[in-house]
Amino acid sequence: MSGAESHALLLDRGNLKRRNRVNRLVGVSSTIAALLAVAVLLIVVGSVVSKGIGALSFHFLTTPMGFFGDTSGGISNAIVGTGIIVAIAALMAIPVGMLVAIYTTEFAPERIGHAVRFVLDLLNGVPTIITGIFVYGLLVAGKQQSGFAGSVALAIIMLPIVARTAQEVLTLVPGALKEAAYALGIARWRTLLRVTLPTAAGGLLTGSLLAVARVAGETAPLILTCSIFGQGVLTEPGEALASIPIFIFQSSESPSPEAHTQAWAAALILIAFVLVLNIVARAFYARSRKRMGA
Amino acid sequence: MDSRDQSESPTVTEQNPEPQASPDAGAGFPHPAISIAGESAARPAKRSREIGNVELQGLNAYYGSNHAVRGVSLAFDSARVTAIIGPSGCGKSTMVRCINRMHEEIAGARSEGKVLLDGLDLYDPRIDIVAVRRSVGMVFQKPNPFPTMSVIDNVTAGLRLTGASRGELEERGHQALVGAGLWDEVKDRLKAPGVGLSGGQQQRLCIARALAVDPEVLLMDEPCSALDPMATLRIEELIGELKERVTIVIVTHNMQQAARVADTTVFMLGGELIEVGATDKVFTNPDDERTEQYVTGKFG
Repeated sequence: MSGAESHALLLDRGNLKRRNRVNRLVGVSSTIAALLAVAVLLIVVGSVVSKGIGALSFHFLTTPMGFFGDTSGGISNAIVGTGIIVAIAALMAIPVGMLVAIYTTEFAPERIGHAVRFVLDLLNGVPTIITGIFVYGLLVAGKQQSGFAGSVALAIIMLPIVARTAQEVLTLVPGALKEAAYALGIARWRTLLRVTLPTAAGGLLTGSLLAVARVAGETAPLILTCSIFGQGVLTEPGEALASIPIFIFQSSESPSPEAHTQAWAAALILIAFVLVLNIVARAFYARSRKRMGA
Repeated sequence: MDSRDQSESPTVTEQNPEPQASPDAGAGFPHPAISIAGESAARPAKRSREIGNVELQGLNAYYGSNHAVRGVSLAFDSARVTAIIGPSGCGKSTMVRCINRMHEEIAGARSEGKVLLDGLDLYDPRIDIVAVRRSVGMVFQKPNPFPTMSVIDNVTAGLRLTGASRGELEERGHQALVGAGLWDEVKDRLKAPGVGLSGGQQQRLCIARALAVDPEVLLMDEPCSALDPMATLRIEELIGELKERVTIVIVTHNMQQAARVADTTVFMLGGELIEVGATDKVFTNPDDERTEQYVTGKFG
């Protein structure tokens, strides 16, 4: 190839020019899409903050709701109720989810592992109102609404999230570590407890926190299972408990503008809780990845 | 590749004693010689060992339908270093992994034939796989200390399941680190994470971890391939020191390394054993033409 020809190939024209244009187009459009995603979050958070911050006060956080239509109360009973419902759900879903993940990654034959994974993905895709109706039929119909019924519904929603994230994290644990343990004559279950789980601990915690954050705001299942509750701060899971999502739902249905502002304030509390959980979860995940050399 | 292999001048000055006949003792299992790991560090050189002789009889290994090791019969004598050389995919790692039964950890993998440790078949159904792995230690290609454990916890990881007391763990951990030539470098950071050490130190930590359970045999699967030349040299020196107390089988891609550390060299090709002999003979005057071609860099 002569010098002139090779220089000609370097010029920005023809095919090369077209490719450069496509390159720029893809770069710019994907950047815009990313900015849009960030903008949506900022708009949602921003509007919740601006509309809710006014009603936020110490009184609001520490006083239980008033009677229906009375907006002088707060959300202390809803905060306590959400805490109890989500905690019980987490106690049910996290151990089971972890065991499912351990089974599929460490013990199950490959085909069964795939099948379980697929089933979990399906479960994850079930609309939460369906889960709510199911638990309603199981635990509420003919009996009464209860915090426990709400917890069961939330646990069913959490289970696939916990199990799938735990699976992903456990498969990230380098095979070389398990191999090293086996080669030392360390038994399988002991390798799991001493090597695999400690190495993956941060990531496992991350998955659990994300699942908690995800169900803390679930509303549909709670409407069916745990939405008609008494006055004051209730803590007995055998009866229906107040919760932040139900408070938001009911207050926003109310005709009173004060109730709307209260709904925004409660939404602000909920969103802040979820954001904090997410940030904490990220931090644990980053630490865990460092450990696994990823 | 070519230039390196041609510049190779096997500088084997080590004496190559005639392989002594392995005593076919048929000793009980586990070995009577389970002792404090470090004691052997102080053992006088070249004790006459009656344990740690490995013999493969008609060993075949498969990955599914892939026949990776084809009818290998071979003896590894105690207190000696045997290097396994051969091109990638020739079955050398697979063969070595059959000795501590790590091969069967891989899904779809199986093996046939016998692996005898001092006359005892390690594939006998009555044999406990844990005992096999404690008698036959292994060091891997990439240093793989446990990332959640400190230096000392890494070393004693294999011991802790025996329910040894804290004092005993400390003592044996210390001895193993001395044995692996790492003690002076880590004595002030025993509680620091094992992954904080340099690559070469990590590999010696893994050697210490393997030595701590006092194996009869130490398998090394390309232990230096992830290390720089200085760290490699340090490991090679260590191999020379360790061979007094364990039978060493080292898989290596590096023929100079085989020439430097091994008493006996085994050449494999396509899953088959092609040649086995004293290292200087294999490198300077091999019997088989293929061995000659490989060690002179004509292929591989």
